Amino acid sequence: MASAPENQKTIELVNQNLAKRYRAEKRFRAYGIASIGFGLLCLLFLFTDIIGKGHTAFLTTYVKLNVELSTDALDIYDVNDPQQIAGADYQGVLKKALRERFPEVTGRRDKRALYGIVSSGAGFEIRTLIEQQPELLNTTLDLWVLADDDYDTYYKSRSSDEGAYTGRFNEKQISWIETLIADGAVEKRLNTTFFNAGDSREPEQAGIRGAIMGSLFTLLVTLALSFPIGVASAVYLEEYAKKNKFTDFIEVNINNLAAVPSIIFGLLGLAIFINFFEMPRSIPLVGGFVLTLMTLPTIIISSRAAIKAVPPSIREAAMGIGASKMQVILHHVLPLAMPGMLTGAIIGMAQALGETAPLLMIGMVAFIVDVPGSISDPSTVLPVQIFLWSDSPERAFVEKTSAAIMVLLGFLIIMNTLAVWLRKRLERRW
Amino acid sequence: MEAIAENTAKVDNMIDTKKDVQNNSPESADLSNLETVGIPFSDNAKMSMRDVDVFYGDKQAIHGVGLDIGQNEVLAMIGPSGCGKSTFLRCLNRMNDTIDICKVTGSLQLEGQDIYDPKLDVVPLRARVGMVFQKPNPFPKSIYDNVAYGPRIHGLVSRRAELDEIVETSLQRAGLWNEVKDRLHAPGTGLSGGQQQRLCIARTIAVSPEVILMDEPCSALDPIATAKIEELIAELSENFTIAIVTHSMQQAARVSNRTAYFHLGKLVEVNETEKVFTNPDHSLTEAYITGRFG
Ligand SMILES: Nc1ncnc2c1ncn2[C@@H]1O[C@H](COP(=O)(O)OP(=O)(O)O)[C@@H](O)[C@H]1O
Ligand SMILES: [Mg+2]
Repeated sequence: MASAPENQKTIELVNQNLAKRYRAEKRFRAYGIASIGFGLLCLLFLFTDIIGKGHTAFLTTYVKLNVELSTDALDIYDVNDPQQIAGADYQGVLKKALRERFPEVTGRRDKRALYGIVSSGAGFEIRTLIEQQPELLNTTLDLWVLADDDYDTYYKSRSSDEGAYTGRFNEKQISWIETLIADGAVEKRLNTTFFNAGDSREPEQAGIRGAIMGSLFTLLVTLALSFPIGVASAVYLEEYAKKNKFTDFIEVNINNLAAVPSIIFGLLGLAIFINFFEMPRSIPLVGGFVLTLMTLPTIIISSRAAIKAVPPSIREAAMGIGASKMQVILHHVLPLAMPGMLTGAIIGMAQALGETAPLLMIGMVAFIVDVPGSISDPSTVLPVQIFLWSDSPERAFVEKTSAAIMVLLGFLIIMNTLAVWLRKRLERRW
Repeated sequence: MEAIAENTAKVDNMIDTKKDVQNNSPESADLSNLETVGIPFSDNAKMSMRDVDVFYGDKQAIHGVGLDIGQNEVLAMIGPSGCGKSTFLRCLNRMNDTIDICKVTGSLQLEGQDIYDPKLDVVPLRARVGMVFQKPNPFPKSIYDNVAYGPRIHGLVSRRAELDEIVETSLQRAGLWNEVKDRLHAPGTGLSGGQQQRLCIARTIAVSPEVILMDEPCSALDPIATAKIEELIAELSENFTIAIVTHSMQQAARVSNRTAYFHLGKLVEVNETEKVFTNPDHSLTEAYITGRFG
C-alpha cells in the first residue's frame, strides 16, 4: 500500500500530464473540424460555381411579335383538315411579322439574319397554339415567341459586369435586339422546354427530359438486376458456401472487380451484348446490363458486410427452436441485414447514375432527339448529356451544361437522402 | 519505500504457497485413463449418450463421455471454464452442426433414436430438444411474435385464437405473463435482461419440447432475476427434462437432481446433487467445489 505522501505525488504527476492530455485532445478535434471544413468549402465552391453558371438556363428569352395568323399566309384552305393545320408554314408568318417589324431591312442576307431572331422551333409553338385554339386563325395578335439562343445569350449577359456577349453579332443585329428591348418586347420566361424536350442542335430547343428518362430506364434495369443478383450471391457466399480455396478465389475476384475501371465493363458489354448477342446499340436495356456488371461487386460486398453484422445469437436463437436454414435467412438474417444492403444498393445506383465511360462504349452517346418511352428506345443518360453539351460550341450550351449538372446533383442528393432515410426507418424496427 | 518492500514480500509469499498447492494439486493428476465415477446412467433415460468424442479440427474437446439424462430430471453440468460443458450440451440438439470443423462421434440417443443419424432431420429434433442460451437473445420483434415464432414455423396451429392461447400459456409458464400482458406487441428487446431470458424460455417452451438445454442461462443476470429463473426451472421440471450448464455451484445445488462434473473434456463424476456437494466421490470434484480451482 502506498503511503500518503506518495499518493500526493501521483496525483501531482497526473495533474501535470492532464494539461498535456487536454491539449492533445483539442488538437485531435481541431484536425477533424479542419478536415470537415475543407470538405464543406470544396462543396460550397462547386455549388456556387455550378449554380452561378447554370441558374440562367432555367429562364429563356422570348420576343413579342405582332403576328398575322391569316389562313392565306399559312397556306390553309380547309380549316377542318388537321393535316393542313399541322403542315402549315408557321415559321413563314413569323418571318413576315419580323419583316413588318423592321421594314428598313432589305437584301437577302440581312433578311436571313433578321429571321434568326426567333428560334427555328418557334413555329411549332404557334402550331400547338392553333391546334388548341383554332378560333385564333385569321386574327392578328401579339405573340411571345421563343428567341434564338444567340439573342438569349446576349439578353442574359446584357446586365452582367463584363457587358453583353455579342459573339458573332454584327451592328445591325445588335440594333434590332436593342430596339426590341427598348420597346419592352423582350422578356425572360420560365424555360419549360428545358424540362420537356429531348436534345437538340439548337440550344434554345434542347431539353434534359430525354436524358432523364434514359437515366431512369437504365437505372431501373440496373436495380432490377443487380439488387436480387447481388443479394442472392451475398447470401450464398455468406451462408452456404464452404470456406475453401475456391470461395477465397471468388472473394478476391469480387474485390478486384469493384476496382476495375468502368470503361472496361463498357468494352465487355460491347463485346458480349452488342457484338455477340447482337442487341441494339444505345438502348437503356444494354446500358442497364453494363451498369449491373459494374455495380454488382459493390452490392455484393456491402450485402455480405450487412449479413456478417447480423448477431450470431439471433441465428442461434432461431435454429435453437428448429428453424430451417432458409427460415433463419428469410425471417431473421435478411430483415436485419436489409438496411445495410439497401444502403449499398443505393450507393451503387448513385454510382451508376453518374457513370459515363461504359455507356459511351455501347453507343449511349448518340445524338437523340426523341424522349425515350421504354427500355428499348435509343437514348442517352444524364452524365453523357452533360458531356455532349459541354463539348458543343454554342455559347448557350454552357449554362445548359451547368443546369444539367444541377439536375444530376439533385437526383444524387435525393438518392442519398433516401438511403439515409431508409436506413433510419428500417433500423427503427429494432 | 517501506511499503513497497512489504508488498514484494507478500507477493513472494503468495507465490510460494501457490507452488505448494500446485505440487499436490489434482490438476497434475494423470487423467489419461480416468473413469467416470458415481451414477452416470439412469433406468429411465430420456437421452442417453455413450462414448461421445467431440473434435474441433484436430483438437479433441470431449473425451469418451457416457451419460444419461433421466425423464423429467434436472441435470446440472459444472466444471472449470473451457472443460467442454457447452460443447457437450450443444451436441444434444446438434447445434454444433453449424461449426464446420466440429466432429461428433459416439452414440447419442433421444428415446432410443440416434440423433446423429444422417437421415434424421435436425428441424424436428430441435423442436423436441430446445435450447436457452447464455445471453438472452430475443428476436428483434414483438414479445408476441417472439413466442409465436416457433409454433408458426412448425405449423402447430391453424387459427389465431390457438396461437394466442399458446403465447399466453407459454408466457405464463415462463412467469412473464403478468409483466407483459399489456404490451404483447412491444419489442421483446425492450425488456430487462431477466425478462428477456424468461421470454427466451417462453419462446422455447411454446413449441412444447421434451428436453430443454440451458447454457448458463443466468450468467448475464442479476441475483433477483436469477432467483426467478431458478424458481422457474424447478416448476418446468414437472413437464420437461432439463440439462443446465452453470458456473454457479449454488445454482446447481438449488435446482438440480443430479450433477455432472466435467474436467478437461472428461466426465469425472455424476452423482445425486446433494452427494456431489457434500461428499463427492472423486478428488477432482472435491477440489473444484471447495474452490481450489475454477
Ligand atoms: N467453435 C470452436 N472452435 C474451436 N474450438 C472451440 C470452439 N468452441 C469451443 N472450443 C474449444 O473447446 C473447448 C471447450 O469449450 P466449451 O465447450 O465452450 O467450454 P465451457 O462451456 O465448459 O467453458 C475449449 O478448449 C474451447 O477452446
Ligand atoms: Mg460455455
